[in-house]
Amino acid sequence: MSNCIHLHYDVSGDDFTRAGEASGAVKKRLKALGYNTDAIRRVAIAMYEAEINMVIHAEGGFTDIDIYPDRVEILLSDKGPGIPDVDKAMQEGFSTAPDNVRNLGFGAGMGLPNIKKYTDDMKIETEIGVGTKLYLTVNVNN
Amino acid sequence: MNNYFHSVELDAEKCCGCTNCLKRCPTEAIRIHNGKAHILSERCIDCGECIRICPHHAKRAHSNQLEEIEQYKIKVAIPAPALFGQFNNLDDVDIVLTGLRAVGFDFIYEVSRAAELVSEATRKLIHENKLNKPIISSACPAVVRLIKIRFPELCDNVMPLLAPMEVAAKMARREVREMTGSSDDDIGVFFITPCPAKVTEINSPNSSEKSAVSGAIAISQLYPELTQAMDHLKVVEPIAKSGLIGVGWATSGGEAAAMLGDKYLAADGIENVIRVLEELEDEHIRDVDFIELNACAGGCVGGVLTVENPYVAQARIQNLRKYLPVSLNHLNEKDLDLMMWEKELEFNADSFRLSDDLMEAMDMMDKMEQIYQTLPKLDCGSCGAPTCRAMAEDIVKGKAKETDCIHKLKEKIQSVYDQLKNTI
Repeated sequence: MSNCIHLHYDVSGDDFTRAGEASGAVKKRLKALGYNTDAIRRVAIAMYEAEINMVIHAEGGFTDIDIYPDRVEILLSDKGPGIPDVDKAMQEGFSTAPDNVRNLGFGAGMGLPNIKKYTDDMKIETEIGVGTKLYLTVNVNN
Repeated sequence: MNNYFHSVELDAEKCCGCTNCLKRCPTEAIRIHNGKAHILSERCIDCGECIRICPHHAKRAHSNQLEEIEQYKIKVAIPAPALFGQFNNLDDVDIVLTGLRAVGFDFIYEVSRAAELVSEATRKLIHENKLNKPIISSACPAVVRLIKIRFPELCDNVMPLLAPMEVAAKMARREVREMTGSSDDDIGVFFITPCPAKVTEINSPNSSEKSAVSGAIAISQLYPELTQAMDHLKVVEPIAKSGLIGVGWATSGGEAAAMLGDKYLAADGIENVIRVLEELEDEHIRDVDFIELNACAGGCVGGVLTVENPYVAQARIQNLRKYLPVSLNHLNEKDLDLMMWEKELEFNADSFRLSDDLMEAMDMMDKMEQIYQTLPKLDCGSCGAPTCRAMAEDIVKGKAKETDCIHKLKEKIQSVYDQLKNTI
């Protein structure tokens, strides 16, 4: 018996319209597994926000997802510029997104705060000029 | 769920087992086995896309014949507003309605009348803050069924009001009972339908115990007789009692515009509808109060049982609405109860779930991924499943075998051939 399903997706950095593909695929799988619907929603929203962040700020990267019976663990990793001030980035409304992205309705400064809100655990490892790793956990009460 | 009624049927004799419907079905509800298409009942939402695409006309919608109205003493027609867009040079809805009288109906109640009541009731419920925002329209039964099987989190956002068809049938019955003193059993109420999803809704309603509609006759079926009757009318009776709000429901955006606000969204065409629902589920769509969704492109005028090109019909409806009053039907407060859902929308988790047992489901998904990696990923449909991923799922569920894939079979034959060649 398998008690962990591992998924891996590359997040394309050059095509904004493809952001959300990985979260969509994960959502579909969680539904097929019959996960609690609230947990599916939280995973989908948090992952989507993180994917968008990767595309806006870091020209893409990859994401690894481990689905366990009682939780979903997500790693989103990029080789972007890094986050200079994590506390500031966590504030609602703070954003460094360029105007063209804001015109599309993104970059409202709710990305990281929303991710925190929808996950049970969130850890950021970031280094200027090297990249950012975001570890997320959503507990599931199936 | 297994005895669930579907109006979309297969004519096995005409089906040649091609992959047109398989590839088109938005819920992956079709499989081809032994050269014939099969519909997976629990996944089918009766949208009618397979009827639209089938070049062999092997898919059809089950609906009633005009003769069947004769079983009832009093015959009532409730025409969908989409019917009014089907005729060239029509400038008066009463010509159509008098035509319906001429083909055998005693009493006509336009569904657009009920649509005006539903619009008013929706505005009232929104105003009283009694609904979960954003509110998703409950008018298109294919969309409601789609939400029921695929979007559990959105079930609570669907407007808890009956669709105009159902409200029209209830109102018409009441009027006829009051007028004639007849009992409900003597009254036959027939919906003149643009789509198969409405036929399904009559037979297994999403949100009422039993439909007040007795049957449905397809617009395309009634069309020849009706146009002939319309050409030979001596007098045109003043029957029509709906305004531009009600008639506007025939096309995409009509229902949303009737909310008289500007924070709405209207999407049509089943693929677009799915995209909007996905985004709603992930909370990407914000700042919208009301969402109108129609499974057919163009709205109800795009139904697969209509006759005219939906965009031509849309232009005609626009023209017809021009000189109509805004609304001719107003909500009587005490009727609101009559219009509310009789039962909650129930999410049916089984349609896309691998197994009820989580550990077993995880095991199955693991195997599915492994099998998928060995498949050619061409999504050609030759195996009888719409995609390689669906095929992997079917194999894990024991409904298909690897050699159903013609590419895998070819590989296998090649290896047997090579082996034989080496032994000779």
